[in-house]
Amino acid sequence: MMNKPLSIFWAHAKGSIRDLSPIVLVIAFFQFVVLQQSPDGAFGLILGVIIVVIGLTFFVYGLELALFPIGDAVATALARKGSVFWLLTFAFLLGFGTTIAEPALTAIAKEASLVASADGAIADTEDARVAYVLGLRLTVALSVGTALVLGVLRILLGWSLPMMIISGYAIVVAMTAIAPTDIVGIAYDSGGVTTSTVTVPLVTALGVGLASSLRDRNPMTDGFGLIAFASLTPIIFVLAYGGLIQWI
Amino acid sequence: MDLIWSGLATIVATGVDVLPIVIFIFCFQAFVIRQPLPNIRRVLGGLAFVIIGLGLFLIGLDQALFPIGRLMAEQLTAPDKLIGVADGAAAASHWGSYLWVYLFALTIAFATTIAEPALLAVAMKAHDVSGGAISVWGLRVAVALGAAVGVCLGSYRIIAGLPLHSFIMVGYLVVVVQTIWAPKLIIPLAYDSGGVTTSTVTVPLITALGLGLAETIPGRSPLLDGFGLVAFAALFPIISVLAYAQLSALVSRFRDLRRRKEKEPSDPDLLEEN
Repeated sequence: MMNKPLSIFWAHAKGSIRDLSPIVLVIAFFQFVVLQQSPDGAFGLILGVIIVVIGLTFFVYGLELALFPIGDAVATALARKGSVFWLLTFAFLLGFGTTIAEPALTAIAKEASLVASADGAIADTEDARVAYVLGLRLTVALSVGTALVLGVLRILLGWSLPMMIISGYAIVVAMTAIAPTDIVGIAYDSGGVTTSTVTVPLVTALGVGLASSLRDRNPMTDGFGLIAFASLTPIIFVLAYGGLIQWI
Repeated sequence: MDLIWSGLATIVATGVDVLPIVIFIFCFQAFVIRQPLPNIRRVLGGLAFVIIGLGLFLIGLDQALFPIGRLMAEQLTAPDKLIGVADGAAAASHWGSYLWVYLFALTIAFATTIAEPALLAVAMKAHDVSGGAISVWGLRVAVALGAAVGVCLGSYRIIAGLPLHSFIMVGYLVVVVQTIWAPKLIIPLAYDSGGVTTSTVTVPLITALGLGLAETIPGRSPLLDGFGLVAFAALFPIISVLAYAQLSALVSRFRDLRRRKEKEPSDPDLLEEN
């Protein structure tokens, strides 16, 4: 009885180690062959990497045990027969909820707040930094929710993906011209941050499920594309957020 | 003791982070789909794993991934690691002196992307749907090359102190032009592949690399110059996947042409071409 979960757990641990090994190899190569030195506090760094491996293993294992089966079932059930209203609500909440839980975003928002307060863009107090982190994360989460609503509408109505993405690019270009320069880097980066561990599996399940349950939709051309929206709208929203906190 | 307390605080905070998605999914399960939860113990156990795992990951991030990214940037930009384009003080301000940084950026982005499990899943799906025209390895290498070139170019931008938005806008322009001619089937997949490359582990590492570069290179501001590597890593795979699709379409058209030539050697048009 105990054996099966353990072996599944071990499979996940092997997966995490495999994912991290190229990073460890590249860094070890540069440390020992190129730089020819062992860094100060190497022990702490190695311990940290081990904690990362354990953390990722627990995280993905837990997701597959608890959230993914239910998320999958709800996404496909809604895609099959749900009303458009509930489908769109679900898409929005899914985008919002997964993004707030996204560890990469938490990490980047924290780093951005440190850099911004060191640079004088926000006040150099703990409160100001906490507010900035929260503001950034809520902005990105809202943008991913909006992205999924747009993406689901696109699948339902058969809008052209390239046209929408290219209009998105045009909005980014126009907003970059008016947004404060110190938010531009963070805004552009936030597009790539949103779509990792939690978001991608649930979002892909929604998109492909939806496209394959509609009669004249092709899962290849209509099912993909949600991730593309989710990595474009954060740029627009964060640029707007940067403008708002500066002008208010 | 401090580490334990801050660890507990992190785990509580991640519990709060995970709460919204848990509530949303459960409410939908209960009120919209109207199905009872299958196996509640399994679900609760899984949630405990999610929260502890996320907390540990964030602790490890602070302990290892951020410091490593910064450390690499610092060590690779140390005066004795600069490769001589110019000498002495002039070397530090010349972008050509930082070859090791570019090499590191290339290898770390290539290695992490090639090993990305989300990319493997997408590549296999694309292989099936395209009827074998897109090979799994071809797509993986295309995306990894795109990410590698992106992060490398992004490091060059930080070192040279050029504006981020002009690079990104030129990238957008290339994507738009490619979209016009690329095979229709690949476009959504290519757009998605940009988001797939930047995984939970890669993002903190290359962000720290960028910030570290901006901190150590004279005259750069972390806030204005340090960010942007993730944006490069997310944009360039779109270009490389579109390019890969265009190339394979060209190759298969060329093959068709040759096959037709072999079948009908008497076709006057084709003979003329020879």
